Amino acid sequence: MLPDFSNPADWLPWAFASLMGLSILVYVVLDGFDLGVGILFPLAEPHEQDRMIGSIGPFWDANETWLVLAVGLLLVAFPTAHGIILSTLYLPVFAMLIGLIARGVAFEFRAKARTRHKALWNRLFFAGSLVTALAQGFMLGLYVMGLEQTAQTYLFAALTAVFLTVGYAFIGATWLILKTSDALQLKAVQWARQSLWAVIAGIGAISLATPLVSARIFDKWFTFPEVLWLLLLPLLSGGLVLMLWRLLRRMPLPSDRLSWLPFAISSGLFATAYLGLAYSFYPYVVPDRLTIYEAAAAPESLLIILIGACFVVPTIIAYSILAYVIFRGKATELRYE
Amino acid sequence: MDVLDTLLLSRIQFAANISFHILFPTITIALGWVLLFFRLRFAATGDDKWMAAYRFWVKVFALSFAMGVVSGITMSFQFGTNWPGFMETVGNIAGPLLAYEVLTAFFLEAAFVGIMLFGFSRVPAWLHITATALVAFGTLLSTFWIIVLNSWMHTPQGFEMIDGVAHATSWSEIIFNPSMPYRFAHMVLASFLTVSFLVAGVSAFRWILGDRSRDVRATLKTGVAMAALLIPIQILAGDMHGLNTLEHQPQKVAAMEGNWDTGPNVPLLLFALPDEAARENRFEIGIPNGASLILKHHADGVVPGLNDFVAEDGTPLHPPVSPVFWSFRVMVGTGFAMLALSWSAAFLMWRRRDRHEGRIKGHWMAVEGLPKPLIWALVPMALSGWVATLAGWYTTEIGRQPWLVQGVMTTDMAVADVPAPMVMGTLVGYLAVYAALLIAYVGVIAYLARKAARGADDPANDMTHSGKAQVAALNPAE
Repeated sequence: MLPDFSNPADWLPWAFASLMGLSILVYVVLDGFDLGVGILFPLAEPHEQDRMIGSIGPFWDANETWLVLAVGLLLVAFPTAHGIILSTLYLPVFAMLIGLIARGVAFEFRAKARTRHKALWNRLFFAGSLVTALAQGFMLGLYVMGLEQTAQTYLFAALTAVFLTVGYAFIGATWLILKTSDALQLKAVQWARQSLWAVIAGIGAISLATPLVSARIFDKWFTFPEVLWLLLLPLLSGGLVLMLWRLLRRMPLPSDRLSWLPFAISSGLFATAYLGLAYSFYPYVVPDRLTIYEAAAAPESLLIILIGACFVVPTIIAYSILAYVIFRGKATELRYE
Repeated sequence: MDVLDTLLLSRIQFAANISFHILFPTITIALGWVLLFFRLRFAATGDDKWMAAYRFWVKVFALSFAMGVVSGITMSFQFGTNWPGFMETVGNIAGPLLAYEVLTAFFLEAAFVGIMLFGFSRVPAWLHITATALVAFGTLLSTFWIIVLNSWMHTPQGFEMIDGVAHATSWSEIIFNPSMPYRFAHMVLASFLTVSFLVAGVSAFRWILGDRSRDVRATLKTGVAMAALLIPIQILAGDMHGLNTLEHQPQKVAAMEGNWDTGPNVPLLLFALPDEAARENRFEIGIPNGASLILKHHADGVVPGLNDFVAEDGTPLHPPVSPVFWSFRVMVGTGFAMLALSWSAAFLMWRRRDRHEGRIKGHWMAVEGLPKPLIWALVPMALSGWVATLAGWYTTEIGRQPWLVQGVMTTDMAVADVPAPMVMGTLVGYLAVYAALLIAYVGVIAYLARKAARGADDPANDMTHSGKAQVAALNPAE
């Protein structure tokens, strides 16, 4: 899996693929939880909704920058792939963008607008979160199906859209367990228990479908002796799910013990599933059609971008960590000005 | 035919997206520097009016910045969804330039905008000033990179084509391509003028609402003075940019002038209806020798004509004439309206200096000098910068057609093969969303202005920052 570091045409595409992969994973976990909170929004009482907004307020903006970074890297490092993937996913991309815009705008305006408009902005916030999550799940499904567009692949994509949406609601609920207390925390535990099935079903469906769609991926997973250490991934996922299930049955624990754990395990679970997916598709960026080496921009151009990225990516990471440290602890109602 | 429809719709969609996007950077590029000016004036004088000005305008900055980011996300997807051929062909050059634009913007967003917006009472003054300065500088740097890319598309150099794909041979040639310095200067000045009129217009709106606070006087004067100072420089820069275009893209200048046949003594057309089918103008009204004088500086200077840019089979190799011809006139007309208004306002305020505001020394302009109609005229002119900037971009970008990258690839080579009805559907969707957002944006700024004006009227309001103004307004003779 490791490239030849003496050859720029080999290691540069690899480095950019890794960086892009990391951005997507971080995005899915971080924006996943705040989209999830948006999806759970209508289930809560009005006074709890302000608390929920407060729990994601300082973060959601920075979380979304990881999406821009991921798409930006795809655009500048793998221009050919960017074109093929995005023109194939034309409509879901449009739906996602409208969802993201609606959600971001609603977030700003619901705090500043008059009280009688607040209900409208709340509905828009929920709708935007829901549409964004569904669109992303749909795109994931189509990607796993090798970007083929038939009735069957659409059906599969519709399924993954539902799974990812409920999956986001799940990781959002675990975030709320960490960031809230009392009645709202109890509700969050309930929501997490009720949505755990979607995570299991989603990971299961994609794990089964991926090797069945492509013979190449099938061979990659089921050859001896690789299959032995690859088995670790499903085993690890299974273990994490089991831990979550047992933990959520007993939550919340006295004096708020381990309230961080469900979110941590969920993040681990998302990461494991993502690693499996990345292993399946590597080195292809457009499934079974275009590898990262075929899609990459010229090495000279990539090197110039890498220099800039070396300054900016650590800054974004440092800033994100700082924001999470400053706003740690239970959420309060967010105050502007 | 199907591809043609997709092409036209995709072009309209891209134009809609980028037109909406450019509105907000146009404000933030210059507003960052204006905020730095307010902040430094406060640091130097300790006068609260500068801080009040900062507090008001930093909210407008925050809102514009957020709108810029949201519409910027849409832009980064548009390349792939509608124009895959662009990055496939020139990605090796456009990629790094786009990357540096986005990375610079991120670097700032990540590190300094937060401190600038919320840090006034939480960090030491020097850090707040530094953060404001870095945001202003970074926005300008971000502008630089995207202007480099855009200019390269007009005047490409420093590359070679290998198997139909552009590869960089000299980055200094790519960055310092011939039209870049002119375009950069023209755009930055456009941004400063947009902000000048926005600041003056919103302050005039507050004045009309009865706001006589000292900060509204300060911002109104700053806006008008800045506009009066910059507009002649902008007219000069625009003229030089035009001469640069004449050298590198004569077909665009021919369309701007509505000139069909190459020759001397070309008039400057004030009005005409270019007819591309007949290849002539109808209802021409012009100033004799005007275009020759402007472009060649003597009456019998030879000006290129559109008929020189037609392929042997009759397909035009020049841009569509009417849109370029008219956007150019809208831009220039708005520019001269800006000149007339800012100079007369500045002059009238200067004439009444030292006769108001209690004869405070050093007041070289007085808002009371402005007659009512002029104050009212400043309000709609708050958006004049947007009109001129958009018209200018339409002139230069439609003027680049049929090329996407001049001499390298045409626009139809880049378009995605997406069914036309699908593009139509998304286009309608984007337009609806953008219209709603634009109304909300303008509405919120008007709301902020009304709130600020109400605050200044309220006697219970903080005495230190509007109290003195209250007294001054009540006793003008004092």
